[in-house]
Amino acid sequence: MENPSEVNYTIELNNVVKKYKDFSLDHVSFKVPKGNIVGFIGENGAGKTTTIKALMNLIFLDEGQIRVFGLSYKENEKEIKEQIGIVYDESCFHETLQVSDINKIMSNIYKNWDQKVFYSYIEKFNLPDKKVMKEFSRGMKMKLSIAVALSHHARLLILDEATSGLDPIVRDEILDIFMEFIQDEDHTILVSSHIISDLEKIADYIIFIHKGKIVFNRSKDELIYNFGIARMSEAEFENFPKENQQGVRKNKFGVEVLVNNKQELMQQKHEYVLDNTTIEEIILFMVKGELK
Amino acid sequence: MEIIISNTNGKPIYEQITAQIKGMIMKGTLDQGDALPSIRLLAKELRISVITTKRSYDDLEKEGFIITIPGKGSFVSEKNKEFVREEQLRKVEENLQIAVEYGKNSGILLEEMQQILKMLYEE
Repeated sequence: MENPSEVNYTIELNNVVKKYKDFSLDHVSFKVPKGNIVGFIGENGAGKTTTIKALMNLIFLDEGQIRVFGLSYKENEKEIKEQIGIVYDESCFHETLQVSDINKIMSNIYKNWDQKVFYSYIEKFNLPDKKVMKEFSRGMKMKLSIAVALSHHARLLILDEATSGLDPIVRDEILDIFMEFIQDEDHTILVSSHIISDLEKIADYIIFIHKGKIVFNRSKDELIYNFGIARMSEAEFENFPKENQQGVRKNKFGVEVLVNNKQELMQQKHEYVLDNTTIEEIILFMVKGELK
Repeated sequence: MEIIISNTNGKPIYEQITAQIKGMIMKGTLDQGDALPSIRLLAKELRISVITTKRSYDDLEKEGFIITIPGKGSFVSEKNKEFVREEQLRKVEENLQIAVEYGKNSGILLEEMQQILKMLYEE
């Protein structure tokens, strides 16, 4: 077996195929280097949750291989799962439970359950320990789920749409928790979300999935610095070089082009407007402009 | 040590960090051997990605401003300040040379250029 500290990739998916009647994961491959925060984005139904299920070994694959921490599920399922902290979009704790009950349950599930760490998070997140789950707000439930995910010495934290539906203040607190977690360079975070603004600041890499296929997997800085939007007239568009176009949006009064060579274009003399863009805009262009 | 980054400033964030740390070294706010915050701590505090801070430190290291010792952290290098200043001066000259060429080509007088320089410097 490989020495885990020498494995550079926390997650490796290789040509993963899963066919359903009306949807399939189509040869999904990506690697997540350790020590990073990775945003896994795509619209609803793009295949984010299916990919995460595959990653957790909850579905049977038609094709492909998955390795987590350099290990395969076939031989090391327990070892892998012990080291993953996962947070789903819905709280999965029964309504009548209190914090102390959850502590008891989890200590039976995880070999490395650390009650001290757990209660330190409960205190840090200001969670009431005498209330039952049904009296918890959505934000409180989410923070509790995160506390659980972080209290068994996980090295990989996976959040599936966990921050959607939370108010900006709670989302901000969660970003703090992420940054705290990642202070250990052996730790990795995969956040799936369709809310991109949160990730725009802190993510190291962005993986974009669309209709069951990976469209891109790039460093966020590269996206922000190299991608831009050129706005021009129809006539200018005719003569605009085609090779760096990533998407085109036309309206009655002009043309907008998503380009991947903004830095290069900025050096050249140009009449058209060249704007910075956001990850959200890049995605919209790629989906709506139906990228080749 | 203070680092202020702007999201609206056209400069990439890693460049802003690099420039500010260089400035602190040149001005002597940061001295030889001083420890810099870890890339992860800096990312956490500034709320930016680790890749961005890592790139800044890599650039600073390439230019000889800092050295990174694995497992220990990054430190202001022993490189002598005079040498760094010399290098910076050379860059200033290079850039002024370009400005002068533009000026000469379009018949801008030395006095006008001095005025512009004065204005920009005092901005």
